[in-house]
This record gives sequence, structure tokens and C-alpha cells, in this order.
Amino acid sequence: MESSAGQLAQWKHSGAILTLQRWLAIIGGLAVASLAVCVLCLQFGATRIEMGTIALALRPLLTAGEFDAAGLGASAIIMVHIRLPRILAGFLVGGSLASVGVALQALLRNPLADPYVLGVSSGAALGVSLAMLFGIGTTLALLPTLPLFGFVGGLLSLILIYRLAQSQGRLPIQSLLLAGVILNAILTAFIMFITSIMEPNRSAGLMAWLMGSLTAPGYAALAVFAIYAVGGVAILMQKTQTLNVLTLGEETARSLGIETERVKKQLVGLTALLTGAVVSVSGMIGFVGMVVPHAVRMLVGSDHRLLLPASALVGGMFLVVSDTIARTILAPTEIPVGIVTALAGGPFFLYLLLWRKNRMM
Amino acid sequence: MTTPLPSTSVAPSGAGHRGIHVEGLSFRYDAAGHQARVWTLEGLSFHVEAGEILGIAGPNGSGKSSLLKLLAGLMPPSEGHIRLGGQPITQLSQLDIARVVALVPQDYVQVFPFTVAETVLMGRFPHRPSRLWSLGVGEETEKDLACAHQAMSDTDVWALADRLVSDLSGGERQRVVIARALAQESAILLLDEPTAFLDINHQIEICGLISRLRCERQLTVVLASHDLNVASQYCDRVLMLKEGRLSRIGSPDDTIRPDVLRMVYGCDVVVDAHPQTGRPRVTMPMGISRA
Repeated sequence: MESSAGQLAQWKHSGAILTLQRWLAIIGGLAVASLAVCVLCLQFGATRIEMGTIALALRPLLTAGEFDAAGLGASAIIMVHIRLPRILAGFLVGGSLASVGVALQALLRNPLADPYVLGVSSGAALGVSLAMLFGIGTTLALLPTLPLFGFVGGLLSLILIYRLAQSQGRLPIQSLLLAGVILNAILTAFIMFITSIMEPNRSAGLMAWLMGSLTAPGYAALAVFAIYAVGGVAILMQKTQTLNVLTLGEETARSLGIETERVKKQLVGLTALLTGAVVSVSGMIGFVGMVVPHAVRMLVGSDHRLLLPASALVGGMFLVVSDTIARTILAPTEIPVGIVTALAGGPFFLYLLLWRKNRMM
Repeated sequence: MTTPLPSTSVAPSGAGHRGIHVEGLSFRYDAAGHQARVWTLEGLSFHVEAGEILGIAGPNGSGKSSLLKLLAGLMPPSEGHIRLGGQPITQLSQLDIARVVALVPQDYVQVFPFTVAETVLMGRFPHRPSRLWSLGVGEETEKDLACAHQAMSDTDVWALADRLVSDLSGGERQRVVIARALAQESAILLLDEPTAFLDINHQIEICGLISRLRCERQLTVVLASHDLNVASQYCDRVLMLKEGRLSRIGSPDDTIRPDVLRMVYGCDVVVDAHPQTGRPRVTMPMGISRA
């Protein structure tokens, strides 16, 4: 019995299973790194603001608990009203995309799945495109309406996918993927049609948005999005043990006590809503949802209890850094952040494919 | 194999929970808009005693895997009843079934880099308490770890604990899947073609393991196999399926017979006695003759 206890202790230390200590060390480390990345990226933009100025500007915010814009210089206003909300939005978008990627890869048992695979994103994009085509772009109750159109579009396409893929109350994975691919193709054709009939300068704006762009949202809009993103990721975090078991295959998962049909519907619905919310604020930012889960899985292993929160934090950091590059590299011109993530993520993915083939999945 | 097993820690339920009773079981896959549906399984009635190894044999497409899936509660019967230890399977939740029945599927493909220890611990899923809010980290109890450890010792995969499942050979992977099923601590073990795709050495190893586990853990075992010799040498009784119907059930001496096999498989085979056990042994005849 003593030897068995010794073996168990050794087991915990060998990295064969996830321990609370390892979880806390990795997640704690990543959380600190995320905070540092967000603060450091505040300096960069069309004009560079030194860290000292940032500290000065942040101090009254921390001590008085209230931000007095009038008493501060232009740089503080840029920082608090433009850069900070954009960085926060970027972090939330990146974190949501990576979390959704992790969940869908496990659910579809396919390491190539990403948040856009089910076609919900195209629905959201079509909603926004339609709104832009008809020139609806004002605000409603303090909130910009474009994300609302995106969200409704995503929701409608989710319902459509359910209808297409469902047979006799079940949701077969193959049908789900097929329905997603087909719906993606059809909806993308509609979006292309819209861009082709728009005036050229407006369609250029739409194209840039479709490639994925972050803007500085107002704090009210940011708060609404944050509720969706944080809430959605928090619910996904409750499903991590289920995700682990789902990777064993649907039948095995059911033989281990999971009601797979119910869980699949929950996960598809949840990830679709989260994707719809993300696309509606930032367009289609590619590669974050596919590459980040891959890279993190290679570093921390497959246990979703660690993989999901770690991917969320790394995804957030990745997008904040990418967006910083997107708005500084050709300053004062900005390039869509989707181009940066694709140019950074694509080659990284190729590297994984070519040099680490055996460790890739 | 390494440490003898205290039987108290592995018998979770009374003897009443360990038998299977099947009565008038019929099943067909639903195909929407398809009127002339054929029964995959039709009118099966049999029971499996607690602590028995029952082999299921029959030609391709005779319904062996479907029968196992029904016994594991993966699909509901179209007609008839299955009772697990007296309880009708339709009244049990998926989680309840998972605590009584463990399934070792025919093939297991893991696309993600999970370690052997992580995979075996997933067998403890049905025993995790469900909480409204939990990240699930560090929730493995001492019991979970001890069960997984015991299962890994029994199947001799303990030394592989921190290896990735995707790096293992077929025989090692099969033992890991069995370890995961054992960690489930259920009294009934269902195995679908446990020796398919394995070389002769691993076949002997897996079959020996199953007999040993039955003795050590008093498991009730149902295994589907194409290999009539596995059914003959390792099973207490054999159930012969033909086109979804029960064609014969009984001891290997009673079922692995030339006349029965001709009726079920439609071909002649040579059946003689195994030199060590005296049980029937099936070999292919010289030259192919079909009756």
C-alpha cells in the first residue's frame, strides 16, 4: 500500500495528470502576462505615449475612482477613450475566439475546426453587410446597431443549421459539418453580391471589416459585449470535463454517462452565440480560433480544464499584440487585424505542419 | 499483475446488479421515409449470469455490435426489455447505466495528445459529483486516483502513465481502453471485438487479461468476437446470432459444432478438440466447399 501511495505521488509530479498546482501556476502566469501585455500595448498607436504618462493618467483613475477627462491632456483622452477600450475589446474577442475554437475542436473531434466552421459567422457577417448596404448604422439606446444586426444574423443562421443538420431529434456531427460548409458558401456568396453592388468606397470599408477589424467601442457597447464574452467563456469552462470525455468519441462518451445529444446542442448553441457576438463587433478575424488552441495544446497538454482557460488568455494576448501591430505598422493608416493574424498564424501553422508533424495533434 | 487486488474495493454493487436479462428484444435503425425497414435484431431473449463470460458470435452484419450497443444503453430498444440487475434499462439515466455497464468499443482513435493516465481517469467521469459551479480542477479524489491506479496495474499499463495515447501500439492502446473501462468500476464489462487488429501475442495477452479480471473482480463479461476460437476457449457460453435472430446459445461444446456453424455461417469448417483445454477448435478446411 505504501509503494502504491508513493507511485501515486510520483504520478502527480510526472505531469501525467493535471494537478491544481500546475493549473494555478500556468493560469496565474498567463493572467499576469495578459495584464502586462495590455498595459504595454497602451503605449503604441498613431502617436506613442510613454509609460510614464500612462502611469500619471491612470493614477487619478485608481485613487479617486473617477476619471476626470477635463483635467487631463489629449494623450490621456486618447488612452482612456480610444486605446483602452480597443485593447479590452481585442482581448475579449481573442479570448472568445480561442475558447470557441477549443470547444469546437473537441466537439467535432477535429483539430482543424475553428469558430467559423459552422457558418454562424457568415450569418453574422451577412447581417452586418445588409445593414451597411441599406445605410443603417446609427445608434439605438446608446448602442451601435451594427453588432445587433450581426448578432441577429448569426442567430438566424444557427437556427437554420439546426434545421438542416437535425434528423429525428439527433444532431449528427457529419451533417453538422456539411450544413456548416454549405451554409458558409451560400451566405458568403450573398456577402460578395452585396459588396459588388455597393459604391466602391463603402464596399472597401465593408471588405476591411469582413477581413476582421477592431475599433474602439464606447464603454456601453463594450460592457454589453463583455457580458456575452465573459459569460459565454465562463459557461464553456463548466463543460471542460465533458469536452475531455467527448474526445473519446460520441459512443464512448455516452457509455460514460454523458447525454451526448443534449450536450452537443448546448455546445453548438453556446459556441454559435459567442461567435455571432464576436463577429458582430470585429468581423471575421481568422486563425486565432484555430492556431491558438493548437499551440497551447502543444505546450500544456490536452486536458480541457487547463487548455480552455489557457487558450482564452493566450488568444486574448495574441489578438491585442496583433492589433497593436495592425494600427502601428503603417501608422497613421491602419490595416485590418485579420491580415496580421493570418500572416502571423498561417506561417506558424505551416511550421507546425512541416517540422512538428508528429506532435501536431 | 503487480499487486493482488482487495476484492472489497472493486465490488461496487451487490450480486443483483450484475446480471443481464433480455426479453423479446427487437431493434431496427430508423430511416426516415423508409417503409420497408428490416429488423437489425429480432425477438432476442436470453440472460447473462453474474460473473459469467458470454461470447456473441455470428457472421458480419448479424447484429453483434448493435446488441452490445443496446446492452450499453447507447440506443433504446425498439421492442422488448433489457434489465440490468433487475432494473429496466429504460428507467435508468445515462449516468446510472454508466455506473453499472462499461463498454470497450471496437476501435478507439484519439486525435488529441492525451496521456494514458488522463485517459484512464476519464473512466471516473460517472462518479464525479455534479456541481452547479466548478472548474473541475483538482477534484480527483483519492478514490479516483486509487481506482485508476488499480485499473492500470491490472492491465499492466502503469509504466505508460505519462505517455501519449497516440504514441502507443495497438495492443497497448487496447489495454488502456480496458483500463479506462475498469476505472469505471461497473460490474458489467462489454467488449466489442477485443482482439481484432491484434497480433497473436497481444490476442493471448488480452484474452488472458479478460479471464483474469473476471476472476479477480467477479465481472460479468459480454464480448462480441469474430474469432470463434476466442469464443470457444474463453467464454462460458456462446450466443450465435444469424441475421439478427438468436440461432443458438449454450456452452462452447454445444455451439461451436460443424452443424451449427454451417447453419449460421453457411460454410463447412473443421472442428476438433483443443489439445490443452479439450474445447472445440475451429480451423479452415482444405479446399473450399460450400453446402
